[in-house]
Amino acid sequence: MRNVGIIMRRELVSYFATPLAYIYILIFLVLSNLFTFYLGGFFERGQADLTPFFSFHPWLYLFLVPAIAMRLWADERRSGSVELLMTLPVTLWEAVLGKFLAAWCFIAIALALTFPLWITVNYLGSPDNGAIAAAYVGSLLLAAGFLAIGSCASALTRNPVVAFILGVTGCFVFLVAGYPLVLDAFRGWAPQVLVDAVSSLGFLTHFDAISKGVIDARDLLYFGMLIAYFLIATAVVLDVRKSQ
Amino acid sequence: MIKTEHLTKRYDSLAAVDDVSFEVRPGEVLGFLGPNGAGKTTTMRMLAGFIAPTAGRASICGHDVTTDPLAAKASLGYLPEGAPAYGEMKVWDFLRFIARLRRLAERERERLDFVIGRLQLEQVLERPIETLSKGFRRRVGLAQAIMHDPPVLILDEPTDGLDPNQKHEVRTLINEMAHEKILIISTHILEEVDAVCTRAIIIARGRIVADNTPKGLLAQAGNPPGGLDAVFRSITA
Repeated sequence: MRNVGIIMRRELVSYFATPLAYIYILIFLVLSNLFTFYLGGFFERGQADLTPFFSFHPWLYLFLVPAIAMRLWADERRSGSVELLMTLPVTLWEAVLGKFLAAWCFIAIALALTFPLWITVNYLGSPDNGAIAAAYVGSLLLAAGFLAIGSCASALTRNPVVAFILGVTGCFVFLVAGYPLVLDAFRGWAPQVLVDAVSSLGFLTHFDAISKGVIDARDLLYFGMLIAYFLIATAVVLDVRKSQ
Repeated sequence: MIKTEHLTKRYDSLAAVDDVSFEVRPGEVLGFLGPNGAGKTTTMRMLAGFIAPTAGRASICGHDVTTDPLAAKASLGYLPEGAPAYGEMKVWDFLRFIARLRRLAERERERLDFVIGRLQLEQVLERPIETLSKGFRRRVGLAQAIMHDPPVLILDEPTDGLDPNQKHEVRTLINEMAHEKILIISTHILEEVDAVCTRAIIIARGRIVADNTPKGLLAQAGNPPGGLDAVFRSITA
């Protein structure tokens, strides 16, 4: 576990070694606020809550999380540093987990910097702060889910742009699985069980509940299993492709 | 000791390394020679635990690289081809990172000072690795490899792309470490074999075609006027 921490720290320091991290955080903050105030009608709704803020997170993450994840492994393979990392006394597991946690931490930092919104609603009214805290947790879990998918996409290729496109596509599939767009295509012919199964695979079903302030063990389990699944997939893909 | 038994790596039908067996003992500096694509790097990558052999076995200091990879990697210092590193990191941060993963504990400071002094990295410690010249980058790679004072060193083309002075520096370093360590060096600069190696293995198309001392190789070929160059060409062409 100590190696996980060392690798994670190295990654995080590397993020902030280039202007990329600051640009990313800036874009995240600008977009999330734009969505909240213009598309979400934060003031017009006349309610002291952060629903307009959180409801756009899945769409925001759809592009921003794969942008972070794309360099996780693709860069490492392109520059050859994967050969260095994998010949140091660390296991593949520690490397996959360390890099994933670093990217997750980075997103958590960006998300934490949205705190002025939280101060704003508290100034304007008296929101349910418990529900807001739960929504932040949900948002972090959603980001982790996207990140795990993006990490797997990044392990598949040496090219970060290809990794980005694969990541966005993968995340999109999981995002829209709960939408009528997809469910209607199944409803015509498939048994209800299958429709429910597809629907329950979608991010939105699970994110909506948490973002409304309800933390259900099943939703946590869903995100936990999804993340574990894609991190295992990342390790398997890397094991086969790291030297190619 | 390094030991390989029938080490083989196949990519589809192509055998990149084909039934390679050898042993290297402490005090030996083994030069790994061969044309490009002969299987030198693939063999070294298998020894370093980066790629898994298709068949056969390899062990470093008694630790099998497949079944006991962490112990094998801990006894090994490895400089991959092209000395890859994290380009955006500063030299100092990079070396600290390696030192931490190598579990140096209370020796960390001492070893960091040693490798920095030995490879003369003092003036570039605060510079990002990607802004360094090729020579400095190679030295950072070497510093990383000897950080934990490993009993075994595997260096893939350690002098490739260096100027004559830098080459001389690296060879001096190798000669200094030669007594107590096991070294494997791949190169296609044959003067280097004369300068540092006690033994040379020539490999072509994945197979060992010669295994002898540099002098022995010359004698075997009847001391041709072209020296090791001529021997190399006659064996691998």
